[in-house]
Amino acid sequence: MQLELRPDVSNAAAPTPLLSLSGVTKTFPGVRALSDVSLNLYPGKVTALVGENGAGKSTVVKVLTGIYQPDEGDIRIDGEALSFPTPQSAETAGVTAIHQETVLFDELTVAENIFLGHAPKGRFGLIDKTAMATRAREILDGIGAKIDPGATLKDLGTANKHLVAISRALSIDARVVIMDEPTAALSQKEIEELYELVESLKAQGKAILFISHKFDEIFRIADFYTVYRDGQMVGEGAIIDVSEPELVKLMVGRDVSQIFPERDHNVGHDILEVAGYDHPTEFADIGFTLRRGEILGFYGLVGAGRSEFMQALFGITRLSGGTVRIDGAPVSIASPADAVASGIVYVPEDRGKQGTISALPIFQNVTLPSLARTSRKGFIRLAEEFKLAREYTERLDLRAASLDTDVGNLSGGNQQKVVIAKWLATQPKVIILDEPTKGIDIGSKAAVHEFMAELAAQGLAVIMVSSEIPEIVGMSDRVIVMREGRIVAELARDQITPETLVSHAAGIREAAQ
Amino acid sequence: MKRIFASRELLLLVAIALVLGIISSRFPAFITLSNLAAVFNDTSPLILLAIGQMIVILTKCIDLSVAANLALTGMVVSLINISAPGLPIIVTLAVATGFGACLGMFNGILVWKLDIPPIVVTLGTMTIFRGTIFLLTEGKWVNSHEMSDTFKAFPRTELLGLPVLSWFAIAAVILFTIVMTRTTLGRAFYAAGGNPHAATYAGINVGRTQFWAFTISGALAGLTGYLWVSRFAVAYVDVAGGFELTVVAACVIGGVSIMGGIGSVPGALLGALFLGIIANALPVVNISPFWQMAISGGAIIIAVVLNAQANRTKGRVILKRAEHAT
Amino acid sequence: MTTTTRSIPDRLRSPLERNLKSWESLLMLVAIGIFIANSFASPYFLNAWNLSDATFNFTEKAMIAFAMALLIISGEIDLSVAAIIALASTAMGAAVQAGVGTEGLVLIGLAVGLACGAVNGFLVTGLGLPSIVVTIGTMSLFRGISFIVLGDQVYKGYPADFAFFGQGYVWWVISFEFVLFAIIAVIYAVILHMTNFGRAVYAIGNNATGALFSGIRMGRVKFTLFLLTGLMSGVAAVCLTSRLGSTRPSIAFGWELEIVTMVVLGGVNILGGSGSIPGVVIAAFVMGLVTFGLGLLNVPGIVMSIVIGALLITVIALPRLWSMWRG
Repeated sequence: MQLELRPDVSNAAAPTPLLSLSGVTKTFPGVRALSDVSLNLYPGKVTALVGENGAGKSTVVKVLTGIYQPDEGDIRIDGEALSFPTPQSAETAGVTAIHQETVLFDELTVAENIFLGHAPKGRFGLIDKTAMATRAREILDGIGAKIDPGATLKDLGTANKHLVAISRALSIDARVVIMDEPTAALSQKEIEELYELVESLKAQGKAILFISHKFDEIFRIADFYTVYRDGQMVGEGAIIDVSEPELVKLMVGRDVSQIFPERDHNVGHDILEVAGYDHPTEFADIGFTLRRGEILGFYGLVGAGRSEFMQALFGITRLSGGTVRIDGAPVSIASPADAVASGIVYVPEDRGKQGTISALPIFQNVTLPSLARTSRKGFIRLAEEFKLAREYTERLDLRAASLDTDVGNLSGGNQQKVVIAKWLATQPKVIILDEPTKGIDIGSKAAVHEFMAELAAQGLAVIMVSSEIPEIVGMSDRVIVMREGRIVAELARDQITPETLVSHAAGIREAAQ
Repeated sequence: MKRIFASRELLLLVAIALVLGIISSRFPAFITLSNLAAVFNDTSPLILLAIGQMIVILTKCIDLSVAANLALTGMVVSLINISAPGLPIIVTLAVATGFGACLGMFNGILVWKLDIPPIVVTLGTMTIFRGTIFLLTEGKWVNSHEMSDTFKAFPRTELLGLPVLSWFAIAAVILFTIVMTRTTLGRAFYAAGGNPHAATYAGINVGRTQFWAFTISGALAGLTGYLWVSRFAVAYVDVAGGFELTVVAACVIGGVSIMGGIGSVPGALLGALFLGIIANALPVVNISPFWQMAISGGAIIIAVVLNAQANRTKGRVILKRAEHAT
Repeated sequence: MTTTTRSIPDRLRSPLERNLKSWESLLMLVAIGIFIANSFASPYFLNAWNLSDATFNFTEKAMIAFAMALLIISGEIDLSVAAIIALASTAMGAAVQAGVGTEGLVLIGLAVGLACGAVNGFLVTGLGLPSIVVTIGTMSLFRGISFIVLGDQVYKGYPADFAFFGQGYVWWVISFEFVLFAIIAVIYAVILHMTNFGRAVYAIGNNATGALFSGIRMGRVKFTLFLLTGLMSGVAAVCLTSRLGSTRPSIAFGWELEIVTMVVLGGVNILGGSGSIPGVVIAAFVMGLVTFGLGLLNVPGIVMSIVIGALLITVIALPRLWSMWRG
């Protein structure tokens, strides 16, 4: 499956780029987010930036908008090298972005949100509210949003908030407009209006960077594409020169069978049965069974409701309905403590905030849910704690200076091992891993994968939520695909291919047959 | 489309009207214009301090040193008055405001540059400010006869039927309503407290914004310090002792969220007025004034419960049907 | 990195080495310094009875400070503690008028403390409200009820044997209050440093979400902490009422901030997550010694508040300034 498409850009008769990024590298402690990447945006054209989660798309957006400073490389606008030390300097240079995460303020009005930091001033240097409202009105009308500029933001729905974010980006007289998954929260009608907006921006000669997971819209509105994978640029060219399967292959890239452990895929009897799990706003009617020794993949786009469902199963979120059975017996899960007692444990995606307690030492993190076993009558026995912590951290091949090192000092991969060790020490029946290898280095990734296979072989039932296609393909016995809070497909072992996953998750009809 | 006129403030306004209505049904004298003006005048120091505190709390901080700042500044201007009785009032006002602002800046610097939690900083400066009064005076009082007549008369001087003290509160309400709604700094207070992460994206320096909040709070406390000691014609170590918590209470009742980002000048005004009306009404309706503390305590708790209900956060709202339902 | 040996050592630094570099040792040096300075400054300082008297400056506050330390480590705060003393003392005073004996008075004092703690605990954990505002509210409410009951009256006439709790001596110069202080210190040190409960307190204070995701029953732990703080306020109310022999609604006024100061001075992070009981014990002695020493020099209490306030800010600012200096 090795495929390195590099279509010749000259075929597309590319004009000179308005904005060009070259040789940009950005590293964070433990992670190389961008490695020598380039990106070209052309006036009056839409360039789609494509890649899996963690490919470096959001990082490049932050570099372009002055939020991150690149370690190396340069940004040129009209051939002139620039640097963006602050968000304002990027705006002054004419670069504006609609960010994926909402950078809005609930307590301010729509108009104030749009103009925060660059409000029109009137007499005495005061904010000219009338002018601000009028201009906000114009911008909102321009994108067909029926929102009152004087309304307080918190009274708006998700879709309208997004339109405000778009308006904020447009309020800056920009030459480069970055849209980071702009349609994720919009309805079909609103998406159509957004496309019209993109067309009008193109007509004004603006260069547009469009980031999306939805292939139908990429092929509909983009003129060029650039593909990132693992922080590197792996391909670029004109959209007319590429097909959808080719783009998917470029994005997924590597030969998926090589780096994953061999598994026999023998599964045992049913252990977990979930039926009719409902949440008022986040997901509906989730039901499935899980067997001993099975790895069940959960695939979907970001925001498909997978993590929300898993956290409900783990007792974090309150539900409006649903039942869980373990080994055939119904259990009631109202808190994580209940879930752990029933044998369900959860390795969260957000390690820093939810997984570890970073200012506590390794051994205390590992024993936290198992203190009842290591203590006597509620009194701590340190020797027992060290023994338990040693047993499980060694099984996971943890690398650390000592067991009383604070977890915060470990690398991402080793932190993940601490979280998994913590849960294995409770001797669970079902382990849920939410994006288990996100943001950790390749070596640790392989170790986590091997360990997952080993756990399944020992009879543990594993649920793996992942947005990384190779991981889903390489590890899962079965895959459930979610879209917009619902299960849309269940794929058996032989049906799991990158193409089917992407088409079910994105709702591409022709490929979903 | 629901156009909500600051519903929290509206709710409080209704509550205040209700309280006034009940009182007036039995004691019509309470709601005469002259009595209400007296109540307002009596509440003016609290209004001034509550506006400053509201701004500080908006930025996710708290200022427990306001009452001590008030007492120290009050003492400083009193001592200046003793040594230079002929000083024009405008100079006294400037000194009081400026000195208070400096004390506020000291708090602000510690929070901004050293990143010390605001509650620790202001707990410390609270005791330091009060202790300093003692060092200045060795515990002696500055009494009425030591203060010059102009110094004492100023807050009581009537202008268009209202004492100057009331006019200061009115001016502060107007000025800070404009500052909070019509200036970049005012909006920055909301942004820095409501969503510090996003504020950084929008190019707002959160620490510096907090510094200015403390400076404003300090300046208002200093100004109130002069007005307070001159109105009561006495300055001593324990002036306004424990008043810092009343000020926080006024803010909380006025709908200011202790988590930051939520609050308004009208809210702080109404919160202060609510406490002021209760304090002044109790003797009138023949309830022992000793009920005052418990009533304001109950009001704080009710206000917190109501605020929390109004500010429940929603999830991501993934389901399409749920989105249309909201 | 040593990857030759697969086995990870339990510890690199010995516990002793850790302790020597700690906040507690620094504070201990401050305490010793103040002690030496005091003994040079006043000939009356090194007198067993004078020193014994000095302990009353902090024993009651420290009892509450221990429970408060746990609460602050868990990321919450209780500003209503002094008001709980007032309410508990008022309830005891009222009971005296009704002819209740000493045992009954103690029970009433403790029960009122527990009940007030339960109210705070319910508002914070049951309704999910921020504790700093909730307890500012209950502070007014609890003391307000005292004012309603007592007004400007005073309750007196406590039974003679009730005086033992605040005025009695167990042996020579060792007062009952000091013994109680020491016992409570040991109990809280054990709870915080040696039990599963204490471990949960640290976990919650460091990362509440992480603790919840690790299966800690957070609501239950926090509710218990509010109960304990209420109970300790009840104990302090018994001691203080017994020592004063009377109850006014203004009893223990302003103590909440002194207690918080004591806790923070003792090295407890006001934002939660770290701190120790030995630290709070030393901080209690430091505050007591400063008050007493300055008192012997005829320096009034208000000046000592400057010293305490300055100490509070300096000890927190110094390490931060130091790290800024070094870049």
